[in-house]
Amino acid sequence: MTTDIRTLRTSGEEAFAQAAEARLAAEPTQGRIGELRRAAASAFAEHGLPTRRVEEWKYTDLRAAVREAPPLAGEVTASAEAEAGLRAIAFPGTERVLFVNGAYGRGASHLGRLPAGVSAVPLAAALASGSPLLDRIGGLAPQRYDAALALNTAMLREGLVIHVSAGARVETPIHIAHVFTADAPLSTFTRMLVVVEEGAQVAFIESHQGPDGIAYQANAATEFYVGDGAHVDLIRVQEEGDRALHLATLVVDMGRDVAFHAFQLATGAATARLSLYGRFSGSGSHAGIRGVNLLAARQHGDVTMVLDHAVPHCESRELFKTVLKDESHGVFQGKIIVRPDAQKTDGRMMSQSLLLGEFAQMDNKPELEIFADDVQCGHGATAGALDDDLLFYLLSRGIPRPDAEVLLVQAFVGEAVEYVEQEDLREALMARIVERLGKAG
Amino acid sequence: MDPSRVDFPPGPAGAPMDTMTMLDIRNLHARIDDREILKGLDLTLNAGEVHAIMGPNGSGKSTLSYVLAGKDDYEVTEGTATLDGEDLLEMEPDARAAAGLFLAFQYPIEIPGVANMTFLRTALNAQRKARGEAEISTPDFLRLVKEKASDLGISQEMLRRGVNVGFSGGEKKRNEILQMSILEPKLCILDETDSGLDIDALKIVAQGVNALRSPKRAMLVITHYQRLLDHIVPDVVHVMHQGRIVRSGGKELALELEASGYAAYGDAA
Repeated sequence: MTTDIRTLRTSGEEAFAQAAEARLAAEPTQGRIGELRRAAASAFAEHGLPTRRVEEWKYTDLRAAVREAPPLAGEVTASAEAEAGLRAIAFPGTERVLFVNGAYGRGASHLGRLPAGVSAVPLAAALASGSPLLDRIGGLAPQRYDAALALNTAMLREGLVIHVSAGARVETPIHIAHVFTADAPLSTFTRMLVVVEEGAQVAFIESHQGPDGIAYQANAATEFYVGDGAHVDLIRVQEEGDRALHLATLVVDMGRDVAFHAFQLATGAATARLSLYGRFSGSGSHAGIRGVNLLAARQHGDVTMVLDHAVPHCESRELFKTVLKDESHGVFQGKIIVRPDAQKTDGRMMSQSLLLGEFAQMDNKPELEIFADDVQCGHGATAGALDDDLLFYLLSRGIPRPDAEVLLVQAFVGEAVEYVEQEDLREALMARIVERLGKAG
Repeated sequence: MDPSRVDFPPGPAGAPMDTMTMLDIRNLHARIDDREILKGLDLTLNAGEVHAIMGPNGSGKSTLSYVLAGKDDYEVTEGTATLDGEDLLEMEPDARAAAGLFLAFQYPIEIPGVANMTFLRTALNAQRKARGEAEISTPDFLRLVKEKASDLGISQEMLRRGVNVGFSGGEKKRNEILQMSILEPKLCILDETDSGLDIDALKIVAQGVNALRSPKRAMLVITHYQRLLDHIVPDVVHVMHQGRIVRSGGKELALELEASGYAAYGDAA
């Protein structure tokens, strides 16, 4: 006899399940997208939010973080859009597309001005017109149920569909800026679909910002299809407000001879999670995924990734640097899967953390699932305090302790920032890091 | 040790009475963990003087330099140390540096990710700020570094690299002297600066140090070997043993030690 163990629903879980049903009922979608959404909504209705018994969410209690479900964001007002335009991070030499409280900012985005070879359509418009690119959406579902992505799919409405033509050499990075401006908690769901055709070269920046003190919830999912021989850089900057929940999902499919470089700088939110699913479907590709997490107070920052080497001769490199002050809690979970055919796979994963707060905590969980016999895979994790000898050297030259600590933390995270290829973006990221380190004191 | 064999000096040889005292250490006791290393050390350096401290391994020479610079592994249990009249032992290491103390490390540390230039500039400006002076302008700073670096044979590439990262032993020591010449301290402490240097590197380092000799500055050269003192000629040589200065004399004392070694002190231990 089996006992059916059911976990009690949180009110947030219940409310999101209902909101998903309501949205589906209000806008009945036809065809594949409709099925996708209905399947996602019923999966969420069935499985809900993960408990900590679910291995992928062992260190991040999403049920606790989603006790409440703030209302869904509505239309964007012109004033909110103007405010968001002012607040959004300005990366020089980039073209910006603005999302305000989870909705496309029509007035502040100039899709017509995007560089040659890049076209973008708001997701709502693409859904209305039945863009053929949408056949790709949801096509890279992770192997296991992912609550954040399921909810994002069920709520599918706002977002951006980006297409980069074959062979395009796009010099100007495209910045997709998400700014939360409301003074009350809201739930936002945004979805980006990025299709980069063969041999194209392009860089994206995705930023997320919001005000402190408001418990809003941002759920952002991005799907990347990287065509053969393409070179894609993605820089994520997560600076949500200090009470926000940030749930991000990044799904990447890499063709043959691809170079995909992702970098995340995460300093915001009360609870943040980036789930990254990368899949090599063509050989000879390289993925470099790096990040810096700066956590303070009682912040919780989680980076969890699965890299699936499904084909031979691919290379993956991950390097994550986490700096933890006060009572913050960092999580890094990285899994490398090497399928039976994926010979000559070369995968290396490293998570390094600096524990600066007496009650700071870091959980590292690297996993290797290797089914091929001719591969090189490795992982490592370190955790420690600032080196006393380094600190003394700086002090002995007259550099006061707080400045010396900032210099050393800067040096620690700099090793990951180094991998950002664009010099001005690298400098802009470093400047944000230094500012944040100074501020958090 | 038999105290009758020790000729305690009244003060630095040949120092006029009205000379300004730069470093004044009295009855200094310091320990690391439960081990007492400095056991009542007295030492006075006047401005303009170069003193050498020699002594066998384990006599406490490096401990003295760390204690003066303020490394918190060491606990001072008794005694005083002042720099130009200010109580050193009460200050944090960065305040000691701003007050004019500089320690050239025996083993300069590598700091990956902090560019040498950034480091020099941060240090210089921090000291100026602590002294209530304005920050140095970028052109002035670049000019200063360029001039001092070329005197020491330090390339622009080495200035761009992380502090001491990938530097040879000799390059690290030259980089210490570069910092010293840019920060212009009142008191330079050179802790075994000759260790690991070949004769050519030693000459460059010694030239750099000699260029900094000034009537307003005092230098304390800690070394195990006499060789360095051929190039940086001291006014006074002290012998340190078991945490105290046990003998002082002129520069000829170094030659004597070179000939007879420290065995006499060891035997008496």
